[in-house]
Amino acid sequence: MITLHCPYCGVDADETELTPGGEAHLKRFGPGSSDEDFEGYLFARQNPKGVHFERWRHAYGCGKWFLAARCTMTLEVFGTYSAQTTEPPKKIKDAISAKRPGWTWGAFS
Amino acid sequence: MKRYSAFAIARQALSHHQGWERAWRSPQPKRKYDVIIVGAGGHGLATAYYLGKNFGITNVAVIEKGWLGGGNTGRNTTIIRSNYLQDPSAAIYEKARSLYETLSQELNYNIMFSPRGVIMLAQTQSEIRGYQRTAHANALQGVQTEWITPARVKELCPIMNIDGPRYPVLGGLWQARGGTARHDAVAWGYARACSDMGMDIIQQCEVTGVRREGAKVVGVETTKGAIDCDKLGMVVAGHAGVLADMAGFKLPVESIALQALVSEPIKPCMDVVVMANTVHGYLSQSDKGEMVIGGGTDGFNNYTQRGSFHHIEETVRALVETFPMLSRLKMLRQWGGIVDMTGDRSAIISKTPVEGVFVNCGWGTGGFKAIPGSGWAMAELIAKGAPGPLAEAFTMERFKRGQFIDESVAAGVAH
Ligand SMILES: Cc1cc2nc3c(=O)[nH]c(=O)nc-3n(C[C@H](O)[C@H](O)[C@H](O)COP(=O)(O)OP(=O)(O)OC[C@H]3O[C@@H](n4cnc5c(N)ncnc54)[C@H](O)[C@@H]3O)c2cc1C
Ligand SMILES: [Zn+2]
Repeated sequence: MITLHCPYCGVDADETELTPGGEAHLKRFGPGSSDEDFEGYLFARQNPKGVHFERWRHAYGCGKWFLAARCTMTLEVFGTYSAQTTEPPKKIKDAISAKRPGWTWGAFS
Repeated sequence: MKRYSAFAIARQALSHHQGWERAWRSPQPKRKYDVIIVGAGGHGLATAYYLGKNFGITNVAVIEKGWLGGGNTGRNTTIIRSNYLQDPSAAIYEKARSLYETLSQELNYNIMFSPRGVIMLAQTQSEIRGYQRTAHANALQGVQTEWITPARVKELCPIMNIDGPRYPVLGGLWQARGGTARHDAVAWGYARACSDMGMDIIQQCEVTGVRREGAKVVGVETTKGAIDCDKLGMVVAGHAGVLADMAGFKLPVESIALQALVSEPIKPCMDVVVMANTVHGYLSQSDKGEMVIGGGTDGFNNYTQRGSFHHIEETVRALVETFPMLSRLKMLRQWGGIVDMTGDRSAIISKTPVEGVFVNCGWGTGGFKAIPGSGWAMAELIAKGAPGPLAEAFTMERFKRGQFIDESVAAGVAH
């Protein structure tokens, strides 16, 4: 059972209040893009065993989408942050580095 | 290998059953094998078995980080059916189902295949249309299924309430030769046969790296040291992405928890398998008398082999209307496995960007039923270096080309 802090309304929301929305920070590619980019956007996923960044929606609360940094091996939550960003904020990265030194994820570390 | 038989039991009785030999050897790894299979689940072991049986390749190791059959193979609800919509699915699942029919005899190991029949309930108008369409498709594919009325559903499974009110039973897709088998025995039977052919099953040994020379694989790193190979088969279900990462390529797979639970054992009350896909629940009774219950997947990436409790609650709550007697049962155990989900809900049996590396994954929530067919197809792929007719459509390239084997629309739940 996961509890996530909603960065918009400030509620510590139980998993039953939330809807998972898959991998965060995906770069979108449209019909005009190359086959590789389009396939990557639609299907290729990090799916890491360890540090992961995800989209979640506070569905039965304020209704807003936000992002979370989490470990898929332990279900530990490192922090949540606004969805209005293309990269995890420094505070979140530092929180991860404190517990998982040397972590990497896609282009982030 | 000493054969199991009624005479063997009688003979052993004379010596107080002290003379049974171990079912498989537990050797130390050799320096090099022709083929290494990573993952001693049903699919990995079946691949090794058919490499030996169909192609005479027996210098094979199956490497397992835990104990054999301890992954999803030992955690699933054992439903076997082949009533899929798309032709490539019907072909491989029906191949598997038909191999299951005689697998006990072939392996000389009782896998307890029980073709008791599987009903998939139609509880909405769209399910009626969907399953009638599947029944027509199955008729063309040579898979024996039929569309049945609510009265026939009730006759086959009297403990069911078919009147609703929320989810009345409107009919069903019936596969009389579908059913269940003993999951552990499938792994154990294949393992025993592989060991007998001289293959090494190496348990408690985790693959930690894939060694390449240029674009070609030359071996693996493991917790028991480096082992060389000419060809490498990755058959690790939920860990497919982790292994692909070691070899340096990506897979269109996400790892997610799927849970199941069993009730206290009760007297026999249900001799078919029932799947209710609208409410994401399915049910059968084990030989021990437990009601075996499964539901839908959790919604997020997870490697912990445990899921969220509210999914168990949702599954049982949904099933209680159709099976009112469930509400009086105590549930005994609940567990989870990590399933490997692809975008079109079909498996991947494929060559990879690394020469000599082959991958078999993506069976997701429904690969137990496929084990013999998948092993058959994967062995052919590894032995010949190119897919045969069963595996052809399951290439990982299909996601780039848009040639999906779309079973996600056909079956909301695909166990
Ligand atoms: C709760 C549940 C219910 C299900 N119900 C059904 C059902 O009713 N019908 C059906 O057809 N299917 C069902 N399935 C799906 C089915 O269980 C799987 O598709 C199938 O068992 C997969 O088999 P496998 O051999 O590919 O994987 P597994 O049995 O998981 O084997 C993979 C093995 O690889 C090993 N491994 C992983 N990484 C490494 C490494 N680095 N080094 C060495 N070894 C490694 C693992 O330890 C594991 O033993 C269900 C699954 C679950 C979880
Ligand atoms: Zn909120």
